[in-house]
Amino acid sequence: MPLDQSFVGRSYPPSPPYEVGREKIREFADAVGATSPLHRDPEAARAAGYRDVIAPPTFAIIVSLKANDVLVEDPDLGLDYTRVVHGDQAFAHHRPIVAGDRLTCVLHVDGITSRMGNDMLALRAEVSTEDGEAVTTGTCTLVVRGEGA
Amino acid sequence: MIRASEVSVGDELPPLSLRITRADLVRYAGASGDFNPIHWNERFAREVGLPGVIAHGMLTMGMAVRIVTEWVGDPGAVVQYGVRFGRPVPVPDDDKGALVEVTAKVTKLLDDGTVKVNVTASFEGKSVLGGASAIVRLGA
Repeated sequence: MPLDQSFVGRSYPPSPPYEVGREKIREFADAVGATSPLHRDPEAARAAGYRDVIAPPTFAIIVSLKANDVLVEDPDLGLDYTRVVHGDQAFAHHRPIVAGDRLTCVLHVDGITSRMGNDMLALRAEVSTEDGEAVTTGTCTLVVRGEGA
Repeated sequence: MIRASEVSVGDELPPLSLRITRADLVRYAGASGDFNPIHWNERFAREVGLPGVIAHGMLTMGMAVRIVTEWVGDPGAVVQYGVRFGRPVPVPDDDKGALVEVTAKVTKLLDDGTVKVNVTASFEGKSVLGGASAIVRLGA
């Protein structure tokens, strides 16, 4: 069944704060093979002008992926997550994510379109600190494969 | 850090070869919180019509951007980065894994001192990230 168009323009309440830890940054950097000392050594990060170690460019997916749960759990939308494929992903960084940040995410539904039996769900995750400082905007398209596809 | 004055449109960045093994998929699942079984469970992956376990698109995306961060020297200099996920990268159950080749080229110098870099990633000669590009802030 196609997704309900009336969800376009909807946003969800901010996600609970996610506290960015140094060791989580190191773990994520290891997982993508990023070797920069700016992910690992607070002194090196400070020398480069940052408050603490910084996260790799795609780290924000951790926060935005958690935020997607509100969509999956919204019974009115009726999204079957087992049929979802990640179509595209982009990040615009207003500043790098830094260890110690407490991040919340507001998820916006920017568009729902239908193409060849598949629904395309355009989402925007606005990631900011608890105090409201904009950090990262993540945008993605989720493709919901139709029953026949 | 590379300065804007040292960079021209058409410059190619040093290429990057990524070898992705099953162990990398498990490590990335844990680090990212993406435990979708298509990235670690062969039986499940085949049941949903895939050729086998495939890499997380986000893992390929996260590894491929190293071509840019290693070139510029500061991963915090990447102000935008986006990709389309093309064909999946199957990761065999062996020690060699899947080989993804990454290239990148400077395509625009922008007025605010940033540059646009187009990134390609291919597996067995076919593109796995479409329209991938990054905007990078360079030293003055």
